[in-house]
Amino acid sequence: MYHRTPEFATFFLRNVHSGLDEETRITGGCEPGFYTLRKAMPTKNDLQTQATATTIDLTAPAVELNRVSRLYGSFVALREITVMLAAGSSVVMLGENGAGKSTLLKVIAGLASPSYGTVSVFGEDTRDQRGRVAYMSHSTMLYDELTGLENLTYFGSLHSDGASRRGLQQRAAEALIEVGLEPSNTRRVGEYSQGMRQRASLARVLLSEPDLLLLDEPFSNLDVGSAQSMIARLLDYVAQPSSSGLARTLLLTTHQAELARPLAQSTLTLSGGRLVSLIETAA
Amino acid sequence: MNYAQQVLTHLRKDLRLEWRTKDSINGMLFFALLVVVVLAMAFDPASYPTMTRQISGGLLWVALLFAAMTALNQSWARETNNNVLDAHRLSAAPASALFVGKALANFLFVMAVEVVLAPIFTVFYNLQPLGETWKLLIILPLGTWALVVNGTFFAALSLRSRNRETLLPLVLLPISMPALLAMIQATTAILTGEFEPTLWIKVLVAYVIVFTTACVLLFQTILSAD
Repeated sequence: MYHRTPEFATFFLRNVHSGLDEETRITGGCEPGFYTLRKAMPTKNDLQTQATATTIDLTAPAVELNRVSRLYGSFVALREITVMLAAGSSVVMLGENGAGKSTLLKVIAGLASPSYGTVSVFGEDTRDQRGRVAYMSHSTMLYDELTGLENLTYFGSLHSDGASRRGLQQRAAEALIEVGLEPSNTRRVGEYSQGMRQRASLARVLLSEPDLLLLDEPFSNLDVGSAQSMIARLLDYVAQPSSSGLARTLLLTTHQAELARPLAQSTLTLSGGRLVSLIETAA
Repeated sequence: MNYAQQVLTHLRKDLRLEWRTKDSINGMLFFALLVVVVLAMAFDPASYPTMTRQISGGLLWVALLFAAMTALNQSWARETNNNVLDAHRLSAAPASALFVGKALANFLFVMAVEVVLAPIFTVFYNLQPLGETWKLLIILPLGTWALVVNGTFFAALSLRSRNRETLLPLVLLPISMPALLAMIQATTAILTGEFEPTLWIKVLVAYVIVFTTACVLLFQTILSAD
């Protein structure tokens, strides 16, 4: 089923595999980050059958990293990461503090350039994909002096294609309600609790309806109930194809692996900046 | 949403943030008033009306330049809080619209300070312009835009620097020298009535066109930098 070559690592994660009844665990038997794990490609017929059923182009890789390293001065945050995520993948990334999870998300988002190697998102330079990629970091990326509704109306207008101001406000209000926040709340985001900020931040990224959603520890400040609501919202979001017909891809980091299990079609593990393992699970 | 609407969206957001915090205007107003009052006390403007007319243009623009600098650093600080700038970097909206919106907001803040400062300045320095006063309505906005467009751009450029408050004047002052010279000379020409300000206004217009174009075109590179 798997073929190893010593040159570089490549993971083909495809939606069609999520239907497999086996849980496949792959760990590096050799130097992490330098091995190749290639899952047997589905046949053309398999792809056509699935694509017809879901109108999703399963062959388009959402993210492709080839020997990506990232250095901060002399500190190596990422070491020769090679991975491919197919459109429609839902991947949870695990690793200890300082493993390189956030750096990897930033590199994929185009917020940090790789020191070595290449990154492509939907087959193009990641910086050419503005608007198709959304990133939620530890920071809220919201203005503290504005209310949740004002923030979302503003960011929504940057992604809108001619919607009226009333329409934008309506969409922003719906996005807030979906994450359990009250749009009529006149409190400014700076006065929100950590959990409310986190949810407002999620509403911001979902509002732009990205094809690729990158979330950095989205459950870190949430109670279990709120986290489960967020997971339900994310499952719902990923299940729907985008307006372009492409399957939505999710990559998130967390330290709460059990909590994120429903989202984990596959699990990537990083350690010391190296890609250590891939666990493919039925989400 | 077209480009102008995007610019207006950014402008509206910056005006709303300033209305709620008043960080920029309060700081600028205090600084500009302080400079004007202290210099007025350093000599007696009423005793030297001719000399006062000759140096007032310089005093006014120096006060505005330093006051504007406090606001320019502040305007991008809002975008770095909570890493909001990263959201802009991933946004589909054109980066230059963010820049133009912010430059327009800064322009309005500095103009608001000028509206308050101008009558106070006239009273403190006992000024009675001898030239065509209406031309100040061209020189003041042009000069302000020249300061603000470069200031907004270089404030963004120095955003990732640890010493950005120090770096901004070091970069901005030399590059603004031609504009400063033109706006001071044009203002002095109107106050003294000794020469025509037209040439200096043309220099200012040329400066504004060149630097506005360059800043708008280059802003995407600044925003995308790691």
